[in-house]
Amino acid sequence: MKVPVSYSIRNLWTRRLTTVLTAAGMALVVFVFAAILMLAEGLQKTLVDTGSWDNVVLIRKGSQSEVQSGIERLQASILETQPEVAVGEGGRRVFAKEVVVLISLPKRDTDKPSNVTIRGIGGQSLAMRPQVRLTEGRLPRPGSAEILAGQSVARRFAGAGIGETLRFGMRDWTVVGVFDAGSTGFSSEIWGDADQLMQTFRRQAYSSVIFKLSDPSAFDAFKARVESDPRLTVEAKRETRFYADQSEVMAKFLRILGTSLTIIFSLGAVIGAMITMYAAVANRTAEIGTLRALGFQRRSILGAFLVESLLLGLIGGAAGLFCASFLQLITISTLNFQTFSELAFSFTLSAEIVWQALLFSVVMGFVGGVLPALRASRMKIVDALRTT
Amino acid sequence: MGILKLFLRNAFRHKLRTGLTILGITIAILAFGMLRTMVNAWYAGVEASSANRLVIRNAISLVFPLPLAYKDRIRQVSGVTLVSWGNWFGGVYIEEKNFFPNFAVEPRSFLALYPEYLIPDLQRATFLSDRKGAVVGRKTAERFGWKVGDTVTLKGTIFPGNWEFTIRGIYRGKDRSVDETQFFFHWEYLDETMKKTAPRRAGQVGYYMIGIANPNLAGEVSAAVDATFKNSLAETLTETEKAFQMGFVSMTEAILIAIQLVSVVIIVIIMAVVANTMAMTARERIGEYAVFKTLGFGGWFIAGLVFGESLFISLLGTAVGIGLTFPAAEAFADYLGAYFPIFFVETETILMGLAAGALVGVVAALFPTWRAVNIRIADGLRRIG
Repeated sequence: MKVPVSYSIRNLWTRRLTTVLTAAGMALVVFVFAAILMLAEGLQKTLVDTGSWDNVVLIRKGSQSEVQSGIERLQASILETQPEVAVGEGGRRVFAKEVVVLISLPKRDTDKPSNVTIRGIGGQSLAMRPQVRLTEGRLPRPGSAEILAGQSVARRFAGAGIGETLRFGMRDWTVVGVFDAGSTGFSSEIWGDADQLMQTFRRQAYSSVIFKLSDPSAFDAFKARVESDPRLTVEAKRETRFYADQSEVMAKFLRILGTSLTIIFSLGAVIGAMITMYAAVANRTAEIGTLRALGFQRRSILGAFLVESLLLGLIGGAAGLFCASFLQLITISTLNFQTFSELAFSFTLSAEIVWQALLFSVVMGFVGGVLPALRASRMKIVDALRTT
Repeated sequence: MGILKLFLRNAFRHKLRTGLTILGITIAILAFGMLRTMVNAWYAGVEASSANRLVIRNAISLVFPLPLAYKDRIRQVSGVTLVSWGNWFGGVYIEEKNFFPNFAVEPRSFLALYPEYLIPDLQRATFLSDRKGAVVGRKTAERFGWKVGDTVTLKGTIFPGNWEFTIRGIYRGKDRSVDETQFFFHWEYLDETMKKTAPRRAGQVGYYMIGIANPNLAGEVSAAVDATFKNSLAETLTETEKAFQMGFVSMTEAILIAIQLVSVVIIVIIMAVVANTMAMTARERIGEYAVFKTLGFGGWFIAGLVFGESLFISLLGTAVGIGLTFPAAEAFADYLGAYFPIFFVETETILMGLAAGALVGVVAALFPTWRAVNIRIADGLRRIG
C-alpha cells in the first residue's frame, strides 16, 4: 500500500517557513545554473548563427582571427578564380574580399571606449549573409564614406546611430543605415566599402576572403588543394566552423566557471535540503511509527519522504527557472578574448535548458532526501512509537 | 563562562544538523573568497601599473601601429624622461593552449622603465648583447621547464613564421603583484625579419611606453604628445598605464559584474540554509524557552542564546572556510596560472569573508529570536513537538 502523495504535500505546507527557505536556496542554485547555461547557449548561438554552412572563409595560415590575418591582392585573385566558387545572378561570382579592423569607440552610456569590428565589404558580401537585413536607412553607395552599423553597435556606441558621423582615419563617416542580423556576431559590427576602408587605414592587403561553394560537399577537396598550393598561404574553414572556433575560449571559460560555481552552489543547497529532511523525519518519528503500525511498508515510507524531498526540489527548480526566464530580456556585451572585439549576446532559454534545470533540481532534492528517507524507513515500530 | 558552555552544548545537540550547516557555511565562504580573489586577479594589471609610465598607442585602436620615427619627436616633449617601444607579438608556443603574453620590446629602455622586473646582472648583459635572446618570467619558465640557454620556437600569429629565441634571462618580480609569466625579446629581431619578409610592416611599433619625471603632470604630457601628432596619418592616444590597463578591465566588465553578483548570491543561499537551521532549532526549543521565562530569565537572555548559537555556528564555518581558502587559491593558481598570472588572497578578502559570515549568523537568528522572545509562556509550554 502506498502513502498518498497528499501526505507529502501537506507536510511541506505545515512547515511553510522551512519549506520556503529550503526551496528558496534551491531556487537560487537553479537560477544560477540556468543563467550560466543560458549565457553559454546565447554565446554559442550568436557565433554559430553568424556563419553559413556553405560559405567558406579563408584567412592567412597561422592567424587566429580576421583581424590578425592578411591576404595579398594577388592571392585573393587566385582564390577568386577557383572552380568551387558559386556563380550567382548575372554571372558574377559569389565571392567577397573583405578587410576587418578594430576601432575603439566610446560607449553611449559610460563614455568608456571599447573595440568595435569594422568590416570592409565587397559587392557580394550582403548576398552571402542572408541573415543581415537593413532595418533603417539605405545601403551605402560604393566608393563613398558611408557606413552601415549593426543594430547593437548603433544602440550602444556614441556616434554610431543613423544620421550620425564617426571620425576615424582623418575622415568623417556617415552612418546611412542600420542593419539587423538577428542574434549573430554581425550585429556587433560596422560595415563599409572595403576599398575606401583599405585606403583610409593604409592597408595593402585584405583580411579575409569569403565565398559561397557551388557544391557544399566539395569543401574538403577544396581545402586540401588550396592549402597545399605553393602560391597561397591560406587556411580554409567553413564559415560556421570559423565562428564557432572564435567563441571557443570564451565558451570554455564560461563553461568552467559555470560548472564549478554550480557544483559549489548545489552542495550548499543539497545540505540545506538534507537538514530540512532530517528535521522532518526527526519531528515525525512517532508519526512514522504510527504509519508503520497501520501497515504501511518500509518501502512506502521511503517513497513518501523521497516524494516530499523531490517536490521540494521541484518547487525550487520551477521558481528558479521562472526567475531565470526573465534574463532573456537582458543583452550582455563583452570583449571576446579571441577576436579582441566587443560582442553582444543575450541569455537564451532553450527547451533543453528547461529540461536540464528541472532535472538538476530534482536530482538535488533526491540527493538531499535519500539519506533522511532511508533513516525514516529503517525505524523500528516500537522504538518509533515510544518516542514522544 | 557558563553561557559559552550553553552555546556549545546547544549547538551540538543535533550533531548531524550542525555539522551539515557548518559544512555549508564553509563551502560558501570558500567560494566567496575564491570569487573575490578572482575579481582581484582581474584588476592585477591595474594594481601593478606605475604612475610614472604613460602608454601611447594609435588613436584608432590597438591593432594599428605607429611609425618608429615618432620616437624622436616624443622624446622632445618636455617632461618625458625615457622612451621605449614594443609590439604585442602574440606568438604561440606549440599549441594555442600554452598561452603566455609575449612582446617585442626595445630592451635597454624597457628594463630601465620596469625596475620591478629583477634579472641577475650577468643574464641582463647577455640578453642585451644577443639579438635573438629573450627574457622570460619565472612562472612561465617553470611551466615549460625552460632554462637559461634553451632555444624556444614560437609560432607567429600576427607576424607569420616560426621564430627562434634563446632564453638569456629569467626575471622575478620585485613583489608578488608583478606578473611573472611574460616573455620579452628584442624588437630589432622582429623588425629585421619584417624588413626581409614584409617590408611594408617594418619600422612600425605597436605602442610606445614612456617614463615621465613628474606623475602629477601626466595629463599635460599626454596632451602635449597627442597634440604633436594631431591630424597626421597616425594620430596618437596617450594615457597613464593605469588607465590603459583599466581599459581592458572595463571591456570585460560584464563578466566581472556577473562574478561579483554570484559571490553575493552564494552568501544569500547559505543565509537561507542557516536561517532554516536556526528556525528549526528555535521551533523545537520553544518549550525550553518558555521554561527559561518561567524561571525569570528575560527576553534579552533568550535572544542572546539564539544569537550566540547562530553566530557560533556561522563563525566556526567561516573560520574553516577562510582557512581552506589559502590552499585552494594556491591550487587554483597552479592550475590556471596561464589565465590568472597573479592570484593570491588579499587581507581585504579575508575581512569581507568574516563580515559575510557574521552577517549570515545575525540574519539567520533574527526571525527565530523574534519568535522566541515574543512567545507567551503558556503557549510555549502548551506546544508539543
